[in-house]
Amino acid sequence: MQSTSNAQAVVGEAGDLMPRLFRITQVKKEVPGVFTWRLAALDGTPFPFRPGQFNMVTMFGAGEVPVSISGDCRRPEELVHTIRAVGTVTNAMERLKTKSVVGIRGPFGRPWPIDQIVGSDVIFVTGTIGLAPLRPLIFEVLHRRNDFGKVVICYGSRGMDDILYVDDLARWRGRFDTNVHVTVHSAPSGYRGRVGSVAAAVRVARIDPALTQAFVCRSEVMTRPAVSALTERGVTTDRIWVTLERNMKCGVGLCGHCQFGPTFMCKDGPVYRYDQVEALFAKREI
Amino acid sequence: MVQIEGLGPTLAQHPFFAGMDPGALETVVGCCANAVYRPGSYIFREGGAADHFYLIRSGVMALEVHVPGREAVVIETLESGEIFGWSWLVSPYTWTNDARAADNLRLITIDGACLRRKMEADRVLGYELYKRFMPIMAKRLAANRMRIVELATEPATA
Repeated sequence: MQSTSNAQAVVGEAGDLMPRLFRITQVKKEVPGVFTWRLAALDGTPFPFRPGQFNMVTMFGAGEVPVSISGDCRRPEELVHTIRAVGTVTNAMERLKTKSVVGIRGPFGRPWPIDQIVGSDVIFVTGTIGLAPLRPLIFEVLHRRNDFGKVVICYGSRGMDDILYVDDLARWRGRFDTNVHVTVHSAPSGYRGRVGSVAAAVRVARIDPALTQAFVCRSEVMTRPAVSALTERGVTTDRIWVTLERNMKCGVGLCGHCQFGPTFMCKDGPVYRYDQVEALFAKREI
Repeated sequence: MVQIEGLGPTLAQHPFFAGMDPGALETVVGCCANAVYRPGSYIFREGGAADHFYLIRSGVMALEVHVPGREAVVIETLESGEIFGWSWLVSPYTWTNDARAADNLRLITIDGACLRRKMEADRVLGYELYKRFMPIMAKRLAANRMRIVELATEPATA
């Protein structure tokens, strides 16, 4: 019988359905309820990936969840995942300590387009944990800083205690060639920073809309206000890229759990060009 | 020779007043003055008479809510070019929040009490001002609704 690559994966050969074993080398508490793992493969091999991709992460005995890769793709010897403890599996994961072994399947998914946007101004629009899937792209754009025009990061959080990767944001803000706008929903009296929505930060960001490519990572309901703020500035929807989430099971386009209209988010996404999915946002129960 | 200009050209160039009936604009200009607030000082306090509205020339204004038993909470900041203070248009003409200078704040203050009296007789003036304030209020209402959605749908970490 002629076997297809999918059949080979199903029978359990090393492939997309068989987790690789990784050891947690560091656990960092980011903000309450959010933690970051640094991982190394047990067999010592690197884990190459591209910004925007995700893994299916297994905690043996608890379950498997999709998690964006949050590290620097120029450092494939170290795999980084930032996880929010919201459900049974991720709450169990939060209790794991260094040296624990987990399973990793991936990398999966369509990455952020970086080579296609060389020469553009770049604006990132995100909030709370949405910075995690965008961080590898920010790292890569800053590694290749001379390939791009203006670089603007617009980040929002509930309050000052919820700002993710605060050290990275401070470091990026300290660069002379990058503009960083951090917005919080509320702050104590006397706070001199910006309070309001991330969309408000987009409205004052110094960008040339005709040259700008925008990268948005927000919850699905908050993606449209972010996109509206960009289109109000004149950034066209074919220059806006979004990353979306769905409950995923197989991660390889077989089970259909992550179906998004006519696409499977695990392989046709999670990164989409907004004009190609705009109509789906208006449809309920997609 | 030093030429001193009134606030008329500044207002005329501001998008809020674009296309305003010239007579109405002249009336508004007649009710304007410059004001400067040092960091931490209040432009207005909740419950006070809402007899002005404001155009930010430079600096940041922080809108605050007094919370009994704890520190006040900043709920929004506005920056250069923004208009704030719609309570002068809505009875009972009292402020619903505190407005505080987050840094050195230069404003144009417009006398709303005077404009309210003039609007009773000059309906063109009234229409021109309501026509401009309504979209600002609608946009801020929509933005605040989406902030509620965001806070309701994204898990709190703290």
